[in-house]
Amino acid sequence: MSAAKAVSTWKSWLTTTDHKRIGLLYFWTAFAFFLIGGLEALLIRAQLARPGNTVVSAETFNQLFTMHGTTMVFLALMPLSAAFFNYIVPLQIGARDVAFPRLNAFSYWVFLLGGLFLNASWLLPNHPAPDAGWFGYANLTSREFSPGPNIDFWLLGLQILGVASLAAGFNFIVTILNLRAPGMKMMRLPVFSWMTLVTSFLIITAFPVITVALVLLMFDRFFGTHFYLPSAGGDPVLWQHLFWIFGHPEVYILILPAMGIISEVLPTFARKPLFGYTVVVYSGVLIGFMGWGVWSHHMFSVGLGPIADSVFSATTMLIAVPTGVKIFNWLATLWGGQIRATSALHFAVGFIALFTIGGLSGVMHASPPADLQQTDTYFVVAHIHYVLFGGTVFGLFAGMYYWWPKMTGRLLGEALGKLHFWLMFVGMNLAFFPMHFIGLLGMPRRIYTYGPELGVAKLNLVSTVGAFLIAVSILVFLVNLWRTRTRGKVAGNDPWGGATLEWTIPSPPPPHNFDVIPTVASRLPRWSMTQLKAIPEDAELEKPHAPVGSWWPLVAALGLPVLALAPLTHTLWVAFLGAAILITGIYRWAFEPFEV
Amino acid sequence: MTTSLGLDNRKMAFWAFIGSECLLFASLISTYLIYKGRSVVGPYPHEILNIPFTSVSTFDLLMSSLMMVLALAAVQRGDLKWAKMWLFLTALLGMFFLAGQVYEFTSFVHEGLTLQRNLFGATFFVLTGTHGAHVTVGVIWLLTLWWRALRGKLGKGNALTVEICGLYWHFVDVVWIVIFTVVYLIQ
Repeated sequence: MSAAKAVSTWKSWLTTTDHKRIGLLYFWTAFAFFLIGGLEALLIRAQLARPGNTVVSAETFNQLFTMHGTTMVFLALMPLSAAFFNYIVPLQIGARDVAFPRLNAFSYWVFLLGGLFLNASWLLPNHPAPDAGWFGYANLTSREFSPGPNIDFWLLGLQILGVASLAAGFNFIVTILNLRAPGMKMMRLPVFSWMTLVTSFLIITAFPVITVALVLLMFDRFFGTHFYLPSAGGDPVLWQHLFWIFGHPEVYILILPAMGIISEVLPTFARKPLFGYTVVVYSGVLIGFMGWGVWSHHMFSVGLGPIADSVFSATTMLIAVPTGVKIFNWLATLWGGQIRATSALHFAVGFIALFTIGGLSGVMHASPPADLQQTDTYFVVAHIHYVLFGGTVFGLFAGMYYWWPKMTGRLLGEALGKLHFWLMFVGMNLAFFPMHFIGLLGMPRRIYTYGPELGVAKLNLVSTVGAFLIAVSILVFLVNLWRTRTRGKVAGNDPWGGATLEWTIPSPPPPHNFDVIPTVASRLPRWSMTQLKAIPEDAELEKPHAPVGSWWPLVAALGLPVLALAPLTHTLWVAFLGAAILITGIYRWAFEPFEV
Repeated sequence: MTTSLGLDNRKMAFWAFIGSECLLFASLISTYLIYKGRSVVGPYPHEILNIPFTSVSTFDLLMSSLMMVLALAAVQRGDLKWAKMWLFLTALLGMFFLAGQVYEFTSFVHEGLTLQRNLFGATFFVLTGTHGAHVTVGVIWLLTLWWRALRGKLGKGNALTVEICGLYWHFVDVVWIVIFTVVYLIQ
């Protein structure tokens, strides 16, 4: 076996174009942001633990929930999914790398710099972190009502992050459509790769819309236009439309990768092919399409009129159908299987249970009269956390336990893994289930405190205890990562008996992934060895080599935060400097000799 | 390099990029249409838009697309002399278009239509300005290719690079046709 060990120096990481290294960079960066977002959540829960609490001020509270939401959506969950896109998809489809390795590096650096830019707002004097909520409704975000630089950090940071997502979207569409191993037809593609493809299409179509929304906001704040200002005929509802036309597909951008992950984990640990592969794939594609037609259910309280309300109510109920279909497919996959209750399977089954609860409260929002009672209360907060924490986060942890051996060569500890699962499962339900009642009893979200007469003090305390239990479970996970770094069981090629191509190669894979690109003849190549064509004796093996690196993606990426500093500091030369860095990076990138 | 779908990676990525750009312009054009007729003070579109002048700009941009087609054909048959000529002319017509836009913007500002003046000004300048920025990027791209051709580095093997630049250029042209129709012709 020619597992050439790639050199690991600072330079090699800064210039890397290897999808596996970029995947690891994505993972660690996103996980760090996940911890930051988690700390913000703990401060929020500490403040709400009892009525009239004074742990943080109202202003800080606004910043905490804004940055918690923004961080979790854009800096933690999306990039954690991207970590798996990067590491796993090329291995699953039998490719040596993604289609555009340098563009991939560019995506990562832009993501990192955008995240740092956004969070730098905490470190400035008076810590002007964004404070208008993660969906930044107009006209609270106008210069009149938000005079400080808080919103500027938010709108510029999100524009930078959009570039990273778009570049990754193009890259993975081409990778999955074009770099499949011989015989890997679309209907033989592993479900995780399929969901990555659907997600990538959602990214490249949804992000231009929020870009326009943010550009218009930028013009309002910096150049005195009136896009969202009613005083001059502008309409704050335009922001809501643009934001949610992006925002609802974004919800599926967050959940589809997790659905893809558990569609890999469940069959492996039930020792059964996924029940109704075709239906699961088509349901995912259908969810992708229908995700575009439901955005106004976030806006029932605007009063769009009976026709708009009815249409969006109907489409919202309809989109629950393909989602429900998937849930039954997963259950049927487990049914009658030879279940191995590993940590990964625990998280995958946890996903099904918790996501179903979140889906049920989601269908309740589809009814405008019910929704009017729930809007802006903790009921909505309960719903979003059941789908995004119970769903996405549990799915991502299933992926971590499942693919960690592939990525590092060592298995995570199962005992600690199960402890992690149970603490997180109990903590999550303690933290978020009471919020349904807190909301229905009338406690509005995003208010820094509440009076004792509301009668929600005990429920809030339970919720806070749950949040800290989640934090403990994350500590257990970190201990697990640390302990198994050197002491974990060595994984070998395939510790689980998985069916897909990533398990045919060493863990971690050599820089070029496959000595010989496999020829695929079935959907589950490793479970039907007779159908996976053997490597011929005289096949020419790929020579072990590390992909050459490049500095220019990093340089080009550096141009963007510098450009964003220009409006923030009101200095024109900074804009020219940023543009110069960006253009230099792009030109050197375009004309440097580069071979994959 | 062989690919699963037989289509070059760069070309496929570029088609995806164009799809993404469609959503960008669709959002801007929708914003323009939603705010049409909602300005509370003038100048209003019918008082200020100069259809004959912009028709000339539009014709100029359409002709640049023709030049682009000829440039690609020249590169594909390895005719460096004409490739240089057509690439330069494409870029030149693009620059004429931009000059026309600069003139148009300046004269509008003199007549009192600014970004800040009313919703028409805001939506008009942001929409056409975004398009103008796209044309600028296209001109820089074309001049880069032209510079490569001047140094004799644009052979048949680079036909795909020119083709992708052409895709971009034609796309920007098509977007202008939509903007011209929606903003100028249907007032």
